[in-house]
Amino acid sequence: MSILINKNTKVITQGMTGKVGQFHTFHCKNYANGANCFVAGVNPKKAGEDFEGIPVYASVLDAKKATGATVSVIYVPPSGAAAAIDEAVAADLDLVICITEGIPVHDMLKTRYKMQGKRTLLIGPNCPGLITPDEIKIGIMPGHIHKKGRIGVVSRSGTLTYEAVGQLSALGYGQSSCVGIGGDPINGMKHIDVMRLFNDDPETDAVIMVGEIGGSDEEECARWIKDNMKKPVVGFIAGVTAPEGKRMGHAGAIISGGQGGANEKLAVMEECGIHITRNPAAMGRTMQTVLKG
Amino acid sequence: MKIHEYQGKEILREFGVPTPRGVACFSVEEAVAAAQKLGGKVWVVKAQIHAGGRGKGGGVKVAKSLDEVRQFAGQILGMHLVTHQTGPEGQVVSRLLIEEGAQIVKEFYVGMVVDRASQRVALLASSEGGMEIEEVAKHSPEKIRTVRIDPATGLTDAEAAQVARAIGIPDVANAEAVKVLQGLYRAFVEKDAMLAEINPLIITADNRVVALDAKFNFDSNALYRRPEIVAYRDLDEEDPAEIEASKFELSYIQLDGDIGCLVNGAGLAMATMDIIKLYGGSPANFLDVGGGANKEKVTEAFKLMLKNPHLRAILVNIFGGIMKCDVIAEGVVAAAREVHLSVPLVVRLEGTNVELGKKILAESGLPIISGNDMADAAQKVVAAAKG
Repeated sequence: MSILINKNTKVITQGMTGKVGQFHTFHCKNYANGANCFVAGVNPKKAGEDFEGIPVYASVLDAKKATGATVSVIYVPPSGAAAAIDEAVAADLDLVICITEGIPVHDMLKTRYKMQGKRTLLIGPNCPGLITPDEIKIGIMPGHIHKKGRIGVVSRSGTLTYEAVGQLSALGYGQSSCVGIGGDPINGMKHIDVMRLFNDDPETDAVIMVGEIGGSDEEECARWIKDNMKKPVVGFIAGVTAPEGKRMGHAGAIISGGQGGANEKLAVMEECGIHITRNPAAMGRTMQTVLKG
Repeated sequence: MKIHEYQGKEILREFGVPTPRGVACFSVEEAVAAAQKLGGKVWVVKAQIHAGGRGKGGGVKVAKSLDEVRQFAGQILGMHLVTHQTGPEGQVVSRLLIEEGAQIVKEFYVGMVVDRASQRVALLASSEGGMEIEEVAKHSPEKIRTVRIDPATGLTDAEAAQVARAIGIPDVANAEAVKVLQGLYRAFVEKDAMLAEINPLIITADNRVVALDAKFNFDSNALYRRPEIVAYRDLDEEDPAEIEASKFELSYIQLDGDIGCLVNGAGLAMATMDIIKLYGGSPANFLDVGGGANKEKVTEAFKLMLKNPHLRAILVNIFGGIMKCDVIAEGVVAAAREVHLSVPLVVRLEGTNVELGKKILAESGLPIISGNDMADAAQKVVAAAKG
């Protein structure tokens, strides 16, 4: 078991024929069972062609009908990426992973509005994607640092996720699934949504949760953990030293109740029973201490 | 991206929001001519800088004669205006807004933000005009009204009318207030804003609703489709180091410490600053080289860090995913040679092609201190900066 994806998942790649899409599709296809998982690409102008033997279809719907794929990954440039998400949602896929960085916020507001009441889940945008080690990798993370195992990882950051994974693997702890939910203000699945899945996954024993300053998603997840989580959680928040107001105006924090600082987040997480560390180099060790009890 | 008040008011007028008549000026002569042209007996001379708190810092004056306009314009133009948002060195004023005076009966606050939690545009309104909304939120949050706006309907007549009443705008001015709030919402959406504030919004003696100030911040990801907003950019208001960084697609923010950091990824970059602090050091900057760093970008990043006179050591922390460690190592070696590096350099590499990268560093003959992991590298750079 794992969450969201496994070796049997069939994936459509939107933006596969661009430079970025080609590079990552090549690496995803060559990771574990990737050759059987990456079954289709989408480009309305190149329907009928192929990349690395993966056929290109004119639309997500065509690709879904032809291959039975249920998941898509998006490398489309920022100006067209929200429309690409819309297309995947309209095709009624189970899950869409949007890697694209730099999508205008107002585009994402419209896309999230259209997703209300739809069953499609969204991961990202501006995220590294997700991986179930030794089964399937969907996204831009380096596959070789991962190791199959029983620790879940959920994070808002890309390279900081790799850091957490690298520390776990070095200590001999493999991962069940690793999910990068992305750093944009308006995104799909939050920490809490991924945490719920890890809680229900019989092959996940514990979770590392990596957050950063801004918004109140980590606090919300922490409160849910306090009341519901059956497994230990280790937490780190990046940005204790970040200057205030450099990334987001203060007014943004006001309606979420004045939250968003790293220290405030860490305090709430600790209060809710999460094993926090203030040292980003100690995420793996903290997990080791918790598991050895 | 931020813009000036007079530019914000141009946008507001475009969307039917009344503002006082005014003229942007770059010299004392222009200011006096503008006041003459506007007519009347009272003018407001307003410093145009991006930072807030201009009035308290002496950047806004009411003139009751043309001589006073001349006097105040002379005082304000060229001054180092210090506010709580500029830092102690202040911001040099090179533009003025000369406006007709307004008769203020009561002041209000209205603003628009992107609310992450509800994933909607939110309208904030308060009876406490002229005060900073952060202060109102802290001390009397009950005075702030919030409407999370349905994108399908926009801000409805009923919602706008209700908010206007709730913050105490008199009924006689309600219809005008509705137009103002709806205009602000349309400007916010159609111009890709992240923040828009009118503070204060005033009621005049003859019951008109007028925007006395305008503050906008736009989504930098949407500027490609907003050339009219890009045209408002004033580079004099931005940090020269950050402008230089943006030319090379580097994300750079100068801080007040002495240890430079060069990192890939925003989260890891913040965590690197955090761990430096944790081990008793102080970061000199935030610097994310992004996913596609090459030799040129790394060299530019080194140059940026070295412009900081407080710099005492540099930490390079790379977790290679897409980015290969050997490419970064080559960049670091080339950059260190090109800039004749004079401060200690600690490098920690992990991820794709790490062994190759470490070999390049070791064989370079440069005095590069190698960090085995993030903690080791942080401890070494803190020690180097102190030594």
